[in-house]
Amino acid sequence: MGMRGNMERDSNILLEINHMRKGFDGLHVLKDISLSVREGEVISIIGPSGSGKSTLLRCATMLETMDGGELSYLGEKAAWEEDGRCVYAPKSKLKEIHKHFGLVFQNFNLFPHYSVLKNIIDAPVSVDKIPKKEATERAEKLLLQLGLADKADAYPYQLSGGQQQRVSIARALALQPKILFFDEPTSALDPELTGEVLKVIKQLASEHMTMIIVTHEMQFARELSDRIIFMEQGLIQAEGSPEEIFASDNERVREFIGKFQS
Amino acid sequence: MSVATMLMQLGKGMISTAEIFFLTLLFSLPLGLLVSFGRMSKNGLVRGISKFYISIMRGTPLMLQLLVVYFAPYYLFGLNLRGYRFPAIILAFSINYAAYFAEIYRGGIESMAVGQYEAAKVLGYNKVQTFFKIILPQVIKRILPSITNETITLVKDTSLAFVLAQAEMFTMAKQIAAKDTSMMPLMVAGLFYYVFNLLVAFVMERIEKSMSYYR
Repeated sequence: MGMRGNMERDSNILLEINHMRKGFDGLHVLKDISLSVREGEVISIIGPSGSGKSTLLRCATMLETMDGGELSYLGEKAAWEEDGRCVYAPKSKLKEIHKHFGLVFQNFNLFPHYSVLKNIIDAPVSVDKIPKKEATERAEKLLLQLGLADKADAYPYQLSGGQQQRVSIARALALQPKILFFDEPTSALDPELTGEVLKVIKQLASEHMTMIIVTHEMQFARELSDRIIFMEQGLIQAEGSPEEIFASDNERVREFIGKFQS
Repeated sequence: MSVATMLMQLGKGMISTAEIFFLTLLFSLPLGLLVSFGRMSKNGLVRGISKFYISIMRGTPLMLQLLVVYFAPYYLFGLNLRGYRFPAIILAFSINYAAYFAEIYRGGIESMAVGQYEAAKVLGYNKVQTFFKIILPQVIKRILPSITNETITLVKDTSLAFVLAQAEMFTMAKQIAAKDTSMMPLMVAGLFYYVFNLLVAFVMERIEKSMSYYR
């Protein structure tokens, strides 16, 4: 019984990071990060700038190669350590693993020469080889969901930052990832535009989308997250439910959160 | 020589000029892209060779390059190639312009935000798709004004083919001018080049406009 319970729980683990390390020019940005994410979980990563939050996201999404440790999605190993060196799975395997996650960037990184619709359907059509008609239907549904139904033919430069970020979320969702990463999704937005993006993320959370969000929006993290991770100096210094983190007696955590509440 | 005959002769030269122009663009634009890849290669040897190639092509006179390309097969290998004149001209122009285009491409490619590559990577595009679908269209929009510049220069540079006695417009104009001891043919040739370039500028502007639907 105990055994079976364990197995069931394991099969629900979408992302597992063990002892991840990453340095740039001798500077240890990630020292020893371990993290596992279950299906349906919403995790916020907070911490001062330079703490390694974004690097963690970039290593998890394989935009950066890690120096050591282990990374796996749905039990499939993407990278591991062999004789003290980090080894990545063969290209074809990584291609499969890539399909499990999506990433929403701070600066949206929409393709400016594509219309909103094309931004959303192009990857499904030309990468996943989904028929254009089906991809378009899926995209239209997403646009409707995200309140952008009338923007399908617009180009990114014609949209506000908030709208652009919502399009980029739709673009990521169109590939139907199991996990969605957000790298400070509202940091490039004017304050009056952050609300519309946060609302969309909340909506996704209510649909049990598994999400990992690097953010400076403390109130948002508190309301939304199942778990909050506090990072500093390349390490996870504290981890727990929002209640635990916001009532933490860890001095660094209290100091950091205090800065945002004044 | 009557004005009509002169215009006929110059018109014939114009066809040859246009041939040099279009064929050079046809070959040098893709070749330039290839050279720019070499110039940006991670492989130091490839990068070094590309850099050297570009510096030679840009650092020596095009007229000299025309002569070298035309006469090299004979002086170096003793080859007496028939009908080599025109291919030699196209070859010399293409490898010369490819060097200039390569640097323009490189400037455009290196000015692209890294975020475009990263977004493409996360969405699963492979390298070829990323370059041709995402990067190159944006690069072309950015470098178009520089390409226009080079293209206009090319129209005028075609006159250098006179060193190989190719019967293009400038060669014809010079011959007629010498025979008739008149400046008229040269002036008319000048007008031809000018009108050709007006046309080039017009077409390039249209292409630029066709890409102005986004920023």
